[in-house]
Amino acid sequence: MGKYVVKRILSMIPLLFVISIIIFMFIHLIPGDAARQVAGATATAGEVEAVRKQLGLDQPLVPQYIQWVTGILQGDLGVSYTNNTTVAELFAPRLPITIYLTICSITWSVLFGIIIGVVAAINRGRALDLIGMLIAIAGISLPNFWLGLQLMQIFSVNLGIFPTGGLEDWRGYILPSVAMGAGIMAILARVTRSSMIENLGKDYIRTARAKGLPEPRVIMVHAFKNSSIDIITVTALQIGALIAGSVVVETVFSIPGLGRLLVDSIGFRDYEVVQALILFFSFEYMVINLLADVLYAVINPRVRYE
Amino acid sequence: MAEKLLEVKDLKTEFKRGKKEWITAVNGVSFDVHAGEIVGLVGESGCGKSVTSLSVMRLHNKLSTRITGDIVFGGKHILDLPEAEMQSIRGNEISMIFQEPMSALDPIMRIENQLIEAISLHNKGLSKDEVHQRCVSALKLVGIPEPEMTLRNYPHELSGGMCQRVMIAMAMSCEPKLLIADEPTTALDVTIQAQILALMEDIRNKRNTGILMITHDLGVVAETCSRVIVMYAGNIVEEAPVKELFANPQHPYTQGLIESVPKLGSRVHRLPSIPGSVPDLAAMPSGCRFAPRCKYAQPSCSEKLPDLVQVGENHRCACPFHANARKGA
Amino acid sequence: MADTKQATAGTVAAEELPKAQNPTVQFIKKFLRRKTAVAGLAFIIFILILAVIGPSITPYDPNAYDYSAILASPSPTHIWGTDEFGRDVFSRIIAGTQLSLGTALTASVLGTAGGVVLGLIAGFFGGIIDSIIMRICDVMFAFPSILLAIAIVAIIGPGITNIMIGLAVFTVPSFARIIRGAVLEVRGELYVEVAQSIGCSPVRTMFVHIFPGTMQALIVNFTMNVGGSILSASSLSFLGFGASVTQAEWGAILSQGRNYLAIAPHLVLFPGLVIFLTVLAFNLFGDGLRDTLDPKLN
Repeated sequence: MGKYVVKRILSMIPLLFVISIIIFMFIHLIPGDAARQVAGATATAGEVEAVRKQLGLDQPLVPQYIQWVTGILQGDLGVSYTNNTTVAELFAPRLPITIYLTICSITWSVLFGIIIGVVAAINRGRALDLIGMLIAIAGISLPNFWLGLQLMQIFSVNLGIFPTGGLEDWRGYILPSVAMGAGIMAILARVTRSSMIENLGKDYIRTARAKGLPEPRVIMVHAFKNSSIDIITVTALQIGALIAGSVVVETVFSIPGLGRLLVDSIGFRDYEVVQALILFFSFEYMVINLLADVLYAVINPRVRYE
Repeated sequence: MAEKLLEVKDLKTEFKRGKKEWITAVNGVSFDVHAGEIVGLVGESGCGKSVTSLSVMRLHNKLSTRITGDIVFGGKHILDLPEAEMQSIRGNEISMIFQEPMSALDPIMRIENQLIEAISLHNKGLSKDEVHQRCVSALKLVGIPEPEMTLRNYPHELSGGMCQRVMIAMAMSCEPKLLIADEPTTALDVTIQAQILALMEDIRNKRNTGILMITHDLGVVAETCSRVIVMYAGNIVEEAPVKELFANPQHPYTQGLIESVPKLGSRVHRLPSIPGSVPDLAAMPSGCRFAPRCKYAQPSCSEKLPDLVQVGENHRCACPFHANARKGA
Repeated sequence: MADTKQATAGTVAAEELPKAQNPTVQFIKKFLRRKTAVAGLAFIIFILILAVIGPSITPYDPNAYDYSAILASPSPTHIWGTDEFGRDVFSRIIAGTQLSLGTALTASVLGTAGGVVLGLIAGFFGGIIDSIIMRICDVMFAFPSILLAIAIVAIIGPGITNIMIGLAVFTVPSFARIIRGAVLEVRGELYVEVAQSIGCSPVRTMFVHIFPGTMQALIVNFTMNVGGSILSASSLSFLGFGASVTQAEWGAILSQGRNYLAIAPHLVLFPGLVIFLTVLAFNLFGDGLRDTLDPKLN
């Protein structure tokens, strides 16, 4: 098991290396003169040169990359032009908000997705199945920003139960989490259902019943535990959508998190912040996928030997 | 004769197809199994032999299956029992093993936990240690050389033969009176087949367990069973002690089955086979269901389903033109 | 027993022949039984027609300002109300169908085509070419979801064309994987080996013999992808990376309307509803296609 985890972590290194190069190249791919773009249309030639120097654009690519990577490894994510602060300082207050929001969304969506999927599977072809799958396909088709706005309209503007934005207390997290997690809940409900139906038809389920196990135990211990392998795989794949969803939902609810920062920074052409954010999101995604793989191996003994 | 363990009377199992249509998979089957006896239930795939066994265990799909008739086990009418009581019989008094041992075990659960489930479910109040000891002795019973190691394994780490041994160990762990074996050796290599069959005989001898051996393989029947029931298209067509059946098959279908088994040393170039195939459950011929494929068929055969009648000592056959009758004519 | 089955195969097949139908007819019959999928398809056709003739049938000029009816609520004159410039929302949504659907469809077609070519090459040639293509896909997959598209838009600037490019690039790796998987499956089939053994050139084998075998996977995933692209494109427009505020595009209309949520909720409600229904239609249709093509999946 330990060996598997180490192997899996080592396999991330080349990928991280390639991604860091791509993200590094990012600022060089900007059409025209990046320094001019950053400094703004009204900047003098001197100001543009200063920006160029500061960005290191006057140096050859390889030393620039090495400098950039060593900086990141030491925690230096760059400097924000619009805010006159380091990127790390920008991240510090926003990171916990985004992470907390992500955790809230994933918790409720996984929980409800699984419940709907299991209930639909054991009631296959009946009304509960139909209702569950209707909720699921609607959830997949809902634009999350629109869902967020409608929730805000109903619960904040009309009913006044939740704040329209901001995060004064825990109530501020509820609507954003719902909007962010709806799609994943829907996908998980569908995956859980089809995986449960498949596993419930397997021979070992018949064996479990032949042993005299009560049906709830057959469903939860044998069928569901086997389905959880599929559920973990799909959840890991959906984390990407969740991260992207945070960008949209934080914008809708005016939440000062990293997603909102990305949108603002793109608007201000604050490229170093954008660069750092994309690197961060990719890294976050890879780490979560790593965790999912490890969890997968814990549950599925067949993987550990490959 | 020994104690009657299981008595199946006029069992009829139907599946729902579409909204209102019901198709009959088992059409009024009656037989019994005694303690310490191995009864073979033989027939081609789709003849209803597996459905019969699942009906006895009540492991059929509750929504789309209708079972009528009577199944008596240990004085209880199984079809009328509440589900909870049925659960206490399954795996405890009647156990079952299946065709594909590799897929019949939960792939992500250690062997030990799968055994523990069966043992502690039907033996409340055993200590952890006692349960473990029961697991070890269950594996020893089925001839697994290193039980402690096997207990820690996952199914994919074992061979097919080992998995079937584990399945038998699990089935026998609560010392059931009746073991239903649904094609237990079909998926295994020939040498392993012989070992598993020998193991089942051994268990029968030690525990006096009644075994219902479901198979399409007449070789398995000849080797292990004392009595044979031949099924065709949902009906029993013949029933006889094993030696009598092979020496003196009465029903044309049984004769065809026995003839189509290759015999060592025979110089036949082409094995005889029964023409045609098993009829579709939804489109059963009227009268005798074997008539369309039968070389002795008479016009009267398609008028009425023939009854199973005594044709010799302990020998029943559902054909008015059975071998003895034809000889006599 | 195998003997008996073989012995009868000939006669049975002959009896069943009249029942056997053209596979296309059978497929259509099976598909038509799935009512939700048929409803999805009907809506897609409707919206496609709207995309073509939409701009010419709008009740009002979608870009005409009317300062006498600013932020008017839905009424018989303006059934979906008006926006902050008094423009008729219903007309703008109908007129915007072309742009919104066009963006998503173009992005899907481009991305799918790229993915198909890469997937075919990777699956067919295998070896080092396969490894290189699949590693490139891995790298692209390391960017979470539409973040890749956002990054691309951040580099080349906002605008509908750039969204299209971003989404197309984002689509490529998933189709490359799907098609590669399908190719590997098809490649093992006997008819492909036969084609190669009688001397078909690799390119011919690939397009004439292998590609059709991947069609099922392709069609289903493409349908689902169009739905996903509509969602992504509208998200990007909503974030302000796509259509400009003057353009009639579903995501952009909604994005503008957000500022008036408290006083004119219809500005958000209707464009969102249209996006939702369109995506739903593609998903229902895709589900139905998948279930019809591969019943064991359900």
